[in-house]
Parts: sequence; C-alpha cells; structure tokens
Amino acid sequence: METKTRFEIMDKVFIHQANIITPLGFSVQENFDALLRETTGISLTKLPEPIGTIPAGKIDDRLFQNFFSELNLNFSGSRIEQLMIAALEPIVNKQSVTTDAMLIISTTKGNVQALEQGNIKDAFLYQTAENIRKYFGFSKKPIVISNACVSGVMALSVAKRMIQMKAASKVFIVAADEITPFVVSGFQSFQAMSDEVCKPYDENRKGINLGEAAAAVFISSESKSEGIEIAGEANINDANHISGPSRTGEGLYLSIQKAMEEAKITSDKIDFVSAHGTATLYNDEMESIAFQRSGLDQTPINSFKGYYGHTLGAAGLLETIISMECMKQNTYLPSFGFEILGVSQPMNIIKKIKNQPMNTVLKTASGFGGSNSAMILRKQI
Amino acid sequence: MYYIRKYLEINNGCVWVNGQRQMQAEATDFGGIMKEFYKQLGINYPKFYKMDDLCKLAFIGSEIMLDDSGEKNVALLFSNSESSLETDRKHQQSIASKEAYFPSPAVFVYTLPNIAIGEVSIRHQLKNESVFFVSDTFPVETMVPYAEYLLQSGRAEEVLCAWIYKWDNEYKAFFYLVGKQGTKEHSINELVLTFLIEAKNSYFCSV
Repeated sequence: METKTRFEIMDKVFIHQANIITPLGFSVQENFDALLRETTGISLTKLPEPIGTIPAGKIDDRLFQNFFSELNLNFSGSRIEQLMIAALEPIVNKQSVTTDAMLIISTTKGNVQALEQGNIKDAFLYQTAENIRKYFGFSKKPIVISNACVSGVMALSVAKRMIQMKAASKVFIVAADEITPFVVSGFQSFQAMSDEVCKPYDENRKGINLGEAAAAVFISSESKSEGIEIAGEANINDANHISGPSRTGEGLYLSIQKAMEEAKITSDKIDFVSAHGTATLYNDEMESIAFQRSGLDQTPINSFKGYYGHTLGAAGLLETIISMECMKQNTYLPSFGFEILGVSQPMNIIKKIKNQPMNTVLKTASGFGGSNSAMILRKQI
Repeated sequence: MYYIRKYLEINNGCVWVNGQRQMQAEATDFGGIMKEFYKQLGINYPKFYKMDDLCKLAFIGSEIMLDDSGEKNVALLFSNSESSLETDRKHQQSIASKEAYFPSPAVFVYTLPNIAIGEVSIRHQLKNESVFFVSDTFPVETMVPYAEYLLQSGRAEEVLCAWIYKWDNEYKAFFYLVGKQGTKEHSINELVLTFLIEAKNSYFCSV
C-alpha cells in the first residue's frame, strides 16, 4: 500500500505528438494507412557479400533522400542522424525547445556504420546525440539509452520518471537504428535470422527479420485531450542469461505486474497487448509463459514485427506510437504472418482487423542482457 | 534525503573503497590487473573469463560493492562514454573482408553495453530495475534524480550507480550505493567532490 501512496503524489505524464519514418511511410498517417491495408515493409534486400540478399525492413535510400532534401534542412550528417532529424523535426516545429527541455536518444547501435569506414569518432553514441542536440538547439546535455531491444520502451519510462522528479518539464525522444552488415552478421552468427518474412508466435516461425526505423515523441505532464497517459511502467531484469530469454518469463512477468500495480489495474482491464514477438523460437515461447502467468492469455495481442522486422532501439517506440494510433482509431490490427499458434501457452493473437473500443494498452519488450520493459498506456476519456 | 553508503574507485591498478586502498595489482595491462583483482577476491566464477573488458570492470566493482549487502532489491544504473564500442571494433574486424569473415556469437553478444548489467544481475540474482546511460561525461544530472525516483517510488531499496570507462589502455570506474542510510549526502555536489578530488589522491597508488 505504501508503494501506491508514493506513486499517487507524482504527476501524470502524457505522450503527445509522435512521428515515424519507416519503409511503410514517412509519417504516422502513411504508416497507419499501410497497416490497414495489411502491407509489410519487409522485402528482399541486398547487402554486401558474403551476406547477400535477405528479407529485411529497409527504408528505400532514394525515397528517403528525396524526402529529406525536400524538408530543406540545413544538415549534412550521417544517414542515421538524418533519419533521427526527419523524425523529430515536425515535433520540434510544433513545440518550442526551451532551456529545460530534455533530449533522449534511444538506439542500440547508432552510427555503427562509421566503424566500417574506419571512422571511430563518429561511431560514439554520444557524438550522434550531440549532433542532434546541436541541430535542434537543446541546452541540456542529451542522454543516450542503449539497452538492447528494450531501449525504446525504456526511453519512455526514463522520460516519464525524469518529468515526475521535476528534472525536466518536457522531453523529446528520438529512437533509431539501421540495417547494417554489423548487426546482420551478428544475428546470423546466432542463427536467429529467418529466410522469409517472419511469423511471430506461429508454429512455423524461423526467426527474426531486421528492420530500420526512426521514431520520435514529445512527452510532458500537461494534460491535453489527445495525449495518451503513461499510466504505469517497469523494467525488470531476468538475472538468468545474457543472450537467452528466461524459461519462466520471470523478468517480463514482474515488469507487467509492477506496471499494472502503478496503473492500479488488473489484467482484465487491458484491451490490447502490443508484444515484442520477434519470431525466434525462444523469445515467443518465453512471452507466452509470461502473458499466461499475468492472466493475459485471452487478451487480444499482436506483434508488429511482421510489418517492420525488428528495428532494435527504435522498435519499442515505433510500436508504442502505432499502438497509440490504434487506441485513437479504436482499431485492432492483425499480427502479420501469424497462422497457427506455435507456443506452449494459449494466446489470443489477432487475425483480422476489427474496430471496437481500445482504452488501455500494454506494450512490452524483451532483449539481450535479460532486459524486459512493460508499459501501460491509457486513453483519456 | 538519501545518502551514499559506500563508494569505490578502480584506477591505476588499485581498488579504493570509501577512499581507502583495498586491492593493488602488480600487472600493468588491463587484462592482467582484472585477473589479479578477481583472484584476490577469492571467488570461483569461471564466467568471468568469458566476459569482455567492460563487463569485467563492472563485475569487479559490483562484487565489492554488493559483498556486505543482504539487500536484494538493488537497482543498477550504469553509464559510460564509449558504450560497447571496444567490442564493436572486434566484431567489425571479424567481418571486415569476404575472405576473413568469421563473426562469433561470443563476441557479438558483448556489442551491447547493457550486457554488463545482465552479467551483474545474474551474479547477484538481481531481478530489479536497471538502465544503461551513455554520455560523454558522467551524467550526474540524470543519475541523481533517477536514483531518487527509484527509491522514492519504492521500486528499489538501494541503487548501485556506476561509471565504467574502458578504452584501449585507459580505464577508470567508480561505483556508489545510494539508499536511506549513510554518511555522505546523495547530491550532485557531493558526487562531484567525491569522485574528482579523491580520484586525484588515488594517483599516488601507482607512483
């Protein structure tokens, strides 16, 4: 009870504007339209030898370069910085960057592409963050959150907590990762890659596809009607294995419990779960156990990985933004690629688009290092 | 009000606990120094030898910081300036050419800074809150309110904060435990004083 009282004295925090750059479009609207048509952004993508051609969610270079030059921005930096700036620019345009505004960058590998060119200096994550800070004129030193695949959800959680501690009044988050030989070769060495479009939770799933995206949001404690509340969140480690998920889903289960406790809800109040669902054998199995333990085995659930692939440090934020749009449109999107349940516990995977009220959503993520994040999003009614 | 109960520094071949020298290594290279510290701790944890340098540094510091604590609800807030870039270079070298292409999962897994959090969580069975921040210098203005959030909200009973820097032949780490008890005030000023002034003193160790 003491814990609940402590939460009660803290301000409510809301996600306001959002923007995304993905293979399916360069705005939330373009992306949502493509998702309603059940289009996947994953296609055969050519990478340097010996990797060759693989299915991946690659942002078309020519389309993006045209888009970026039409924005008419005075910036010439690396591609990932351009992706970040393109995502954040429309949000900064609507808000003013005041001296107490905080910038959080979420990325797992940042400009790791610079390493390939022997350019160590530009491969430092804080250098990328500094370039973004300077471009938009933030006064505070930016913070980079690099916590593998949970980075995007964790960045939202950190932003909320910093606002609740009055260490910032507004926070801008930009999350991005790219498809690089660096990351592809690593996941291939783990034999974690699928040679076709990934099939989260399916009996015939073969592993992940990698994807790339940039996502940005503006967060504050100001309550505006269209803002989605971050009603509860937690990030609990499995303390089990550095590269394999826990067999009991312990860290994810605990994260969900603590997020629900803060939001003062029980699992029956959750309308929809936007899960991590990478389509590896072990991740999806672990999630099914954690969701079953949390009483979420009948709750409509999906993974967006079949549309975008795994966008690493961008994934959590990208999927939260899409989930927010689902809440606003009261639309349940199917889990692309899913046909037959292939995990040990029952799950209510969404197969067909449906429209019905969606007010409370659970977003989860899990990743290397035993990390897990869970977040309850609540629509203001 | 929160306090720093215990603090530790690793630099110049020495480990300092609350400003007192606790361990000293004879080796001069990073690998040799860490191995000596590991042996002096008298523990048996063979996984240590598989870790990359960043994780070894985090492991040694956390081992001493958490050795007298019965508290299991300790959150981990780790930070550095180079993320996992040192191991990233290794992985990049392993895929540098078509002819010599040998990416290894044992290297690739360490191309994430938060693996250090994973290693320490496994060792001490900490199923708790954690985060890894990357910043050019110790992000004290984020660390202080973030640690206090975790304590105030009841999410953690103690918070182990750390800066773990390792780059080529240079390394420097400091750790401190924040909670309800202790003698040093948990504040930005106190942290700056503790780790800048006392870090200077510790250079006498290698002279």
